[in-house]
Amino acid sequence: MQTDQSEHRLAIVGGGVMGTNIATLATGYGIPVTLIDVNDDALATARTTISQKLRHAQLMGALPAGRPRGELVTSTSIDDVADATTVIEAVVEIAETKAGVLTAASALVRPGTTLISNTSCIPIDEMGAWVARADELVGVHFMNPSYLIKMVEVIRGTQTSEATMTSVTGLLSAMGREALVIQDSAGFVINRLLHPLINTAAMLVEEGVASAEVVDGLLEGCLGHSTGPLRTGDLIGLDNLVDSLNVLYQRRGDESCRPSDLLLAKVRDGDLGRKTGRGFYDYGKVAS
Amino acid sequence: MTAEQTIASITAEAIEEELLSFLADRIKKTVAPDQDLFKSGLVSSMFAMQLVVYLEERYEIAVIGPDLTLDNFRTVQAMTSLVLRLRNANTADDA
Repeated sequence: MQTDQSEHRLAIVGGGVMGTNIATLATGYGIPVTLIDVNDDALATARTTISQKLRHAQLMGALPAGRPRGELVTSTSIDDVADATTVIEAVVEIAETKAGVLTAASALVRPGTTLISNTSCIPIDEMGAWVARADELVGVHFMNPSYLIKMVEVIRGTQTSEATMTSVTGLLSAMGREALVIQDSAGFVINRLLHPLINTAAMLVEEGVASAEVVDGLLEGCLGHSTGPLRTGDLIGLDNLVDSLNVLYQRRGDESCRPSDLLLAKVRDGDLGRKTGRGFYDYGKVAS
Repeated sequence: MTAEQTIASITAEAIEEELLSFLADRIKKTVAPDQDLFKSGLVSSMFAMQLVVYLEERYEIAVIGPDLTLDNFRTVQAMTSLVLRLRNANTADDA
């Protein structure tokens, strides 16, 4: 098991909220990262975001002291995944987009390279059909912010090999994460529970039963949630949340996963949560 | 008086007052200058970074290296001390 940082070279595809979170975590632990996105503007934004998130991680004492940072390289070419020891797919929760990235990455890397999908809801076995070697594919659901939350949900597909599980465990250990492993299922454990909760919380606000502050206040004060569901939705990004709810609704038919009108309206209005400065709450200037 | 002059001559009392007002506006609660904002659960880890950015922009300082630690942001008093120390260091560098 490769728990030494020097053994790892990560390629991360997708420089959005989760891609930059994972890049922050990896470079903060001394692991070099090649971050790939579609254009230079997206990569420039991602570099700034990673720099802010590294400061946030340092502020919270979340990175190992005295360890040199891993190098961050950015690229607009998927070809640059070829030399990685692990590729992490962190693009939007739209099957066609994920399929394009995983198929391309799988064709470029050497056999024995671990392919991780940071999927929110799409099952790993569904993705197995998109790659050349399904035994090398595994799901890792990093939390947000990935550099502050130590626990991750690891999803083992039916074809995921023992060697891949050993490899991913080594990488997560090298980044100071703890893993709980589950079997494959749309939405997995976290989002199958969390997403309908957030959607229902939005419905309660939409129906005028309670304000966002009151819904979150009840979940925090009565049930001990550290962050209420609507603040969590703002942190995830309401556009990503809607994409994931659609995946769950299409695959499970669960009505509590049909995106609420209020969520859809916020996405239409560009109020996507913390990343745009406003969602269910107003965050003022975007700071991290 | 320009904004720059106001910042240049700002006192500990004025910083403390501004910070208390900023916090009251953002977290909708009144806090005491020596109250631990994180231990009391009033401020989240995400908001902590907003506090850093606010101090940097408002008081024209850069919080870097070992100063970028939560202990400097736990209380309004700690933040005030940090701002004054970094502002004094800036002034010394300019001299």
